[in-house]
Amino acid sequence: MPALEDYKGQTPAWCPGCGNFSILKTFKEALVELSMEPHQFMIVSGIGQAAKLPHYLKCNTFNGLHGRALPVATGIRLANHNMPVIVTTGDGDCYGEGGNHLMHAVRRNLNIKLFVHDNQIYGLTKGQASPTSVEGMKTKNQPFGVFSGQLNPMALAIALDCSFVARGFAGDAGHLKWLMKEAINHNGFSLVDILQPCVTFNRINTYEWYRQRVYHIEPEYSPEDRTEALGRALEWGDRIPLGIIYKNHRPLYEERIPVIKDKPLVRQSFDLSKLEGTLKEFY
Amino acid sequence: MDYSIKIGGEAGQGIQTIGDTLARVFSRTGYHVFTHQDYESRIRGGHNFFQIRFSDRPVMASREKIDILVALDGESISIHEKELSETGLLIYDSAALREKHQKPSFLDIPFVGLAAEKGGSKIMANTVAVGAVLGMLGMGLNILNEIIKATFKKKGEDIIKANIAAAYAGHNFAVENCSGCSFSVMPPSGPKMLIGGNDAIGLGAVASGCKFYSAYPMTPSTGIMNYIAGKEADYGIIVEQAEDEIAAINMTLGASFAGVRSMTGTSGGGFALMVEGLSLSAMTETPVVIALAMRPGPATGFPTRTEQGELQFALYAAHGEFPRVIFAPGTPEQAFYLTSRAFDIAEKYQIPVIIMTDQYLADSQWTFDGFDIKKIKYTDYRLRGESFKNLTEYKRHAFTSSGVTPLGIPGASRHTVVTDSDEHDEEGHIVEDAGTRIRMVDKRLFKKLPLIGNEMGPPLLYGDPDPEILIAGWGSNYGIMKESVDELSKAEKIAMLHFSEIYPLPLTGKFDYIGLLKKAKLTICIENNATGQFACFIRAETGYDFNAKINRYDGRPFLLEELTGEINACIGRL
Repeated sequence: MPALEDYKGQTPAWCPGCGNFSILKTFKEALVELSMEPHQFMIVSGIGQAAKLPHYLKCNTFNGLHGRALPVATGIRLANHNMPVIVTTGDGDCYGEGGNHLMHAVRRNLNIKLFVHDNQIYGLTKGQASPTSVEGMKTKNQPFGVFSGQLNPMALAIALDCSFVARGFAGDAGHLKWLMKEAINHNGFSLVDILQPCVTFNRINTYEWYRQRVYHIEPEYSPEDRTEALGRALEWGDRIPLGIIYKNHRPLYEERIPVIKDKPLVRQSFDLSKLEGTLKEFY
Repeated sequence: MDYSIKIGGEAGQGIQTIGDTLARVFSRTGYHVFTHQDYESRIRGGHNFFQIRFSDRPVMASREKIDILVALDGESISIHEKELSETGLLIYDSAALREKHQKPSFLDIPFVGLAAEKGGSKIMANTVAVGAVLGMLGMGLNILNEIIKATFKKKGEDIIKANIAAAYAGHNFAVENCSGCSFSVMPPSGPKMLIGGNDAIGLGAVASGCKFYSAYPMTPSTGIMNYIAGKEADYGIIVEQAEDEIAAINMTLGASFAGVRSMTGTSGGGFALMVEGLSLSAMTETPVVIALAMRPGPATGFPTRTEQGELQFALYAAHGEFPRVIFAPGTPEQAFYLTSRAFDIAEKYQIPVIIMTDQYLADSQWTFDGFDIKKIKYTDYRLRGESFKNLTEYKRHAFTSSGVTPLGIPGASRHTVVTDSDEHDEEGHIVEDAGTRIRMVDKRLFKKLPLIGNEMGPPLLYGDPDPEILIAGWGSNYGIMKESVDELSKAEKIAMLHFSEIYPLPLTGKFDYIGLLKKAKLTICIENNATGQFACFIRAETGYDFNAKINRYDGRPFLLEELTGEINACIGRL
């Protein structure tokens, strides 16, 4: 079984007090408890503060372009579906720049785990509005306040029939670790939106602001009822639910592809012997 | 013997089916065949045509003059009648077109009537037309019958019989009624291979161990995806239709990073979206092969027509400085072998390789004696199995003398494989320091560049070895230039210089083609674009300036009589 030290990466370049520290520590603990060794899984990320996470860990890593983590993860899963693939991203990276990819990744339902560090602001570019910023929030770029409606990633995911939809909070590490493990163990595309206070740029959605509003979804709640789940996903404001909001048992994309039924693409050898027959088709 | 047949009509009338079938009959008979297509961006209506040239000697371009025009609509008559050769004939169905012509070069054949009467359904009118053309040419129906049997195998014996009856009806009608037919064809020889540009690239990918292809459909590149998708089961390939071209190239890079040979394909507009991914391939040193099938731009341009307007774009696309390779095959055969080379070079040097074609090459079919599988080089450059497991240490971007670090397959050993679109250290982690930056640029660019340069083959010289007139070009103009040289060599000391390996520009050590250009009395660069992008590229790289340029930029390919006329005009101005 791996130990926490096995995941030691570079020293994080996040601001002191950033919600990402807690997410990183919680994630490492989840990996230890799941016995996932550094070489056994892959993290794909894009650009933003959350996307730097794999450098602060030890693991296989593809840190690609802004917004494009999901297509890279899709390619990796299709080439090697024995490799667990986790995407670490933020609200700007995933819901903004990469919004189109999110919609189609959910539709495909590959077994990818999507952890969105949602701080409701752009951190890396210094404080512009993100798709999840609240209406009216004033920033340097939005001096009259944000006019666009606030994206509700939970409701969006449920509308798309996402296989696993959950919300965690960086200030509630124990609960977040449980959610991460549930997501990783779930057989299907899993979105975990993680409320993550940005202590430098977001003066509205602070630790205190979240703590006054979040609550754990009650144990008797059934996340398999899509209509009820949509109702729960729409809760935002005075009360913000944390936990597994929705899940289903849609068939996995990888399992529907006949050519990788026996083994992953990356382990299939290349056989030239069929070529003579293929060439005959042109006569 | 050198005949041209044109089938004209509206989209949806079955022009391509007639054209494909006739081309297959000719190639199986043993003739050399060249076909090209002209179609509009619509599924029904409009005016399209399919042109077939066949001969007992190699043909690789279309002529202006037509020997048999199959007019499936009235527009085909009004537009193309003037293209008929002196002995050319036009066949049409007066009942279907509701117009009757009394000219001696017109032959009225009741395609629809005969189909209904002999085949039992109007649907078989196109089979009647194919039979009629073969009857006019004095050819038999044995090969056509074989094709009908294979095509309709799944539809059952009755459909096969009906189509064969329809073919005979057309054939017999032509034999009995075509008093003006004076065609004579050579006796058959062994069957030839008939293949189009898109299929050749798809076949080249399959034959090179391509395991993953992701793309968004875009004319004229879609045929590549269609071909490879048809081979998924046989060869263990995944074809993923992406939500957009940005996703397509990023998926391709993901699959490549995970350890399989991967490719994407598109046209100019889609390539524009892929450009950031091209740069990502360079920074992460992840191999990728990109097929770029050009069509006229800017923007949506002419979606179904041809142009060589994206050479400068492909040369300079993407932010940052990095090596790339650009191939531009001139024939389906070159497309096949260069696709294979593209996979080899992409993986060997961990760089992007772009294969440029255009609608003209993508959609035209050529005959060959066959492709030689033995010429396909397959080397697995990946670090996998015991050789990876036994390493004591692995760094994805470790500095090496060649600049190339072995490509480890993630998960295949206890070593982690890390890469980043940010500037990174040897392990693949983000850095900010100047020293590492310089060493990484040296590794990716300056160390690899001379090695890649050595891989590039020289341009092909065809014609007079000591030419006074030297025509030059690249990509799909190979056939038209070669035939022009054949045509003009009776009167001139003329040769062609054709470039299919574009960038890095081939070295002149073994073949001093720049010296040859400088020695010639007249050099002409021939391109399907407005500005002469290849001429501009040669001047930028070597300082050599062509004496003259011939450019066509109306979205159509050069035709033989037209190009030889323009070359002669240049010679006349000497």
